[in-house]
Amino acid sequence: MFTEFLQFLLSGVTVGATYALVGVGFSIIYNASQVINFAQGEFVMLGGMMAWFLFERAGLPMPAAVPLAIAGTVLVGLALEKFAIEPARNASIVTLIIITIGASIFLRGGAQLVWGRDFHALPALSGDAPIDLSGVAVNPQSLWVMGCTVVVVILLHWFFSRTMTGRAMRAVAFNMLAAQLAGVNNRLILMFSFGLSAALGALAGVLIAPITLTYPDVGIMLGLKGFCAAILGGLGYPYGAIVGGLIVGISEAMTAGYVSSAYKDAVAFVIILMTLFFMPNGLFGRRGIERV
Amino acid sequence: MTLLAVESLSKAFGGNRAIDGLSLSVRQGAVHSIIGPNGAGKTTLFNLVTGIYTPEHGRILLDGADTTGLAPYRMAGLGLSRTFQNLQVFFNMTALENVMVGMHLHCDRRFLPSMLRLPRVVRRDAEIAAEAAELLHFVGLADYVGADSDAMPYGALKRLEIARALATKPRLLLLDEPAAGLNPSETGEIDDLIRKIAGTGVTVVLVEHDMRLVMGVSEHILVLDRGTLLAEGTGEEIRHNPDVVAAYLGEEGRYL
Amino acid sequence: MNRFMRLATPRYGGMLGLAAIIAVLPAFLPNSFYFDVVILVGLNAIVCIGLNLLVGYAGQISLGHAGFFGLGAYASAILTGNYGWPPVLALLAGAAGTGLLAFAVARPIMKLRGHYLAMGTLGLGIIISIVLTQEVDLTGGPDGMPVSGFSVLGWEPSGVLVWYWIVGGLLLLTVWLALNIVESPVGRALRAVHGSEAAAQTMGVDVVHYKVLVFVVSAVLASIAGSVFVHYIGFVTPSEAGFVHSIELITMVVLGGLASIYGAVVGAAILTTLPQLLTALHDYEMLGFGAIMMGVMIFMPKGLVPTVARLIRDRVR
Repeated sequence: MFTEFLQFLLSGVTVGATYALVGVGFSIIYNASQVINFAQGEFVMLGGMMAWFLFERAGLPMPAAVPLAIAGTVLVGLALEKFAIEPARNASIVTLIIITIGASIFLRGGAQLVWGRDFHALPALSGDAPIDLSGVAVNPQSLWVMGCTVVVVILLHWFFSRTMTGRAMRAVAFNMLAAQLAGVNNRLILMFSFGLSAALGALAGVLIAPITLTYPDVGIMLGLKGFCAAILGGLGYPYGAIVGGLIVGISEAMTAGYVSSAYKDAVAFVIILMTLFFMPNGLFGRRGIERV
Repeated sequence: MTLLAVESLSKAFGGNRAIDGLSLSVRQGAVHSIIGPNGAGKTTLFNLVTGIYTPEHGRILLDGADTTGLAPYRMAGLGLSRTFQNLQVFFNMTALENVMVGMHLHCDRRFLPSMLRLPRVVRRDAEIAAEAAELLHFVGLADYVGADSDAMPYGALKRLEIARALATKPRLLLLDEPAAGLNPSETGEIDDLIRKIAGTGVTVVLVEHDMRLVMGVSEHILVLDRGTLLAEGTGEEIRHNPDVVAAYLGEEGRYL
Repeated sequence: MNRFMRLATPRYGGMLGLAAIIAVLPAFLPNSFYFDVVILVGLNAIVCIGLNLLVGYAGQISLGHAGFFGLGAYASAILTGNYGWPPVLALLAGAAGTGLLAFAVARPIMKLRGHYLAMGTLGLGIIISIVLTQEVDLTGGPDGMPVSGFSVLGWEPSGVLVWYWIVGGLLLLTVWLALNIVESPVGRALRAVHGSEAAAQTMGVDVVHYKVLVFVVSAVLASIAGSVFVHYIGFVTPSEAGFVHSIELITMVVLGGLASIYGAVVGAAILTTLPQLLTALHDYEMLGFGAIMMGVMIFMPKGLVPTVARLIRDRVR
């Protein structure tokens, strides 16, 4: 009984960590630009696909393929900011949403063209043999996902609280105009946010690809659930997105395990609707006071 | 006769008590001004009276009826209207349409007849449009009747808000800094407009920093400081009130 | 305004122009494939007009409207197929049911703002599409289900030309009704909600009421279009209710032009025909589609119809 529960919990935390990484990416870009980047899921897809390509096709060793895949995705993220977001800075929220959706279609189309429509399997980083922990079968890749997520969270915390760039990003999120007046270069921050988000997405993609396989459309649902995580935690709160991601992942795994796997994908959206109905600004979101 | 009364009203944002046990009343038919240093709670008071904020304590009475906690759109029906410190013009409409929204409660606004464009809806709307155009003339915006509001100068937008507020046919009109950002000659025109509005029998309450305007048009002045009523009286009384002078020292005291 | 001047207004001029296009277009359509595309344009345009009332006029985004389209589609499919209802009755029941559901969720959903509203409507649409996919016994699951033809009092439309006139007529009717709403006190109230909620309320506009109203109206229009769609196609799959379709719909609205009834029609026409043209690009189809979407929105953030209308107006002056 209890082992079963632990097994579900483990798989929930693994997926949830992926959602969390994607969700943090949403929050970081939102903070720098008030833009919701619907191409966030495509960063995940690109990370997984590039790693697969570099490892399987180009024959690079894994320690080279992974960083290169992340770097390649970062370049795509920077290009997206430079050529699609920057020229439309003053457009309305809806217009910007459509632009990022256009970008996501574009990137999926590009991936199909370059790598085909097939499913690809990236080998796990340290083998497939499950480790037995008193009855719970632990997939080594799950440990990689959780370990990397913890490291990323610690690094992000250090980055946002200790480095100049991180503090500048928090300042921009808090008050863009004031930050600009204080000498923060908003455009640079915006570029950097897209790069950082792309890196986080790509990392999630590399880590999850051995578990879920990777294919051009893999990013759609991952992106939407990452968006759920970000909204659940309160948009613009990277730490909230991590909690949100874990809640969504664990609830999904529990539903699939105990209730019905058919409605697994609906769980995230039911949670988000219920939360928003009662807490319109997410779990940790600031309540905005209307100033007139 | 008292038209508006607030009784021991309180509203806090976080730990900041913006309005702190405030009581005051506004007489029918007179022009009142509310003055006070920045952060005294003037705009918060307007937002409370119009129902945009809900007070934590206290009551708001309009013509003797308790309106505390009523939704803002209900207040318009009770004869209360206002303008905004930060322009809240409908920039997606023409000047005329802005004023026509002000007449919302006087329109035939039933959904099905509107969707089917029944003749009486069209006829009523034409009457509304004519009335709205008259109001634009009244506030001195005759040249802007068909203009897109996002193409109008700032001073004209200030008056557009006044026309729109008048379109609700209010008994009590709250003007939140109508002269802010205007040059002296434009301010003079606002002064004339306020007198003209008061002349039609509408009670006007003004929040304003321009002391010349305040002293010129107001029959009664209320001074707020840190969410409480510091003093009230005629311009002459306020000018010589030592508390007021102290509160204003270093800020607007030099104009008093 | 004299008679000739009135012809130049968007209301009369536009409706006349649209009617003229609908009337002469069949002469230029070589075969039923083209009719098929144009009929789909018309049905998408009907959904987009409703969606534009919500998004463009009232300023409330929805990323889940395909859900309502799907509900209408499946209501018609299931009620006529499994229960033998007459199609018209099924269409009306679907519209009423969808309207009721929209009404029930509108209050909490319309309280949300900006990206939270985007998430809420997106979630609603996805939940609807997942339910339609998973309730296999009722809906046929991911494979979908066949739908019988349409019939009114024993008359059954057959052939693309008849369907063309039906959809053309419905589109004209929808444009007329939508223009009526937009130019009435109701339409002004909707635009006021978009312009400034605080000011709208102060003017006596019951903001929540109008948000709920326009959400329900747009949902009902989507449901009706969904019903007509499945009777025309003769088949329904859950993808009609899916996220991708929702995105297509909102893209049509934004691309054509927010707060423009004709913009919704133009947007639907372009985005419905574009994939057909792009099939010539084969593998580059998605790439091209995404690039066009981004390009138009970057260079015409206000959408095609308002941008072109402004250009023409400036030229005339």
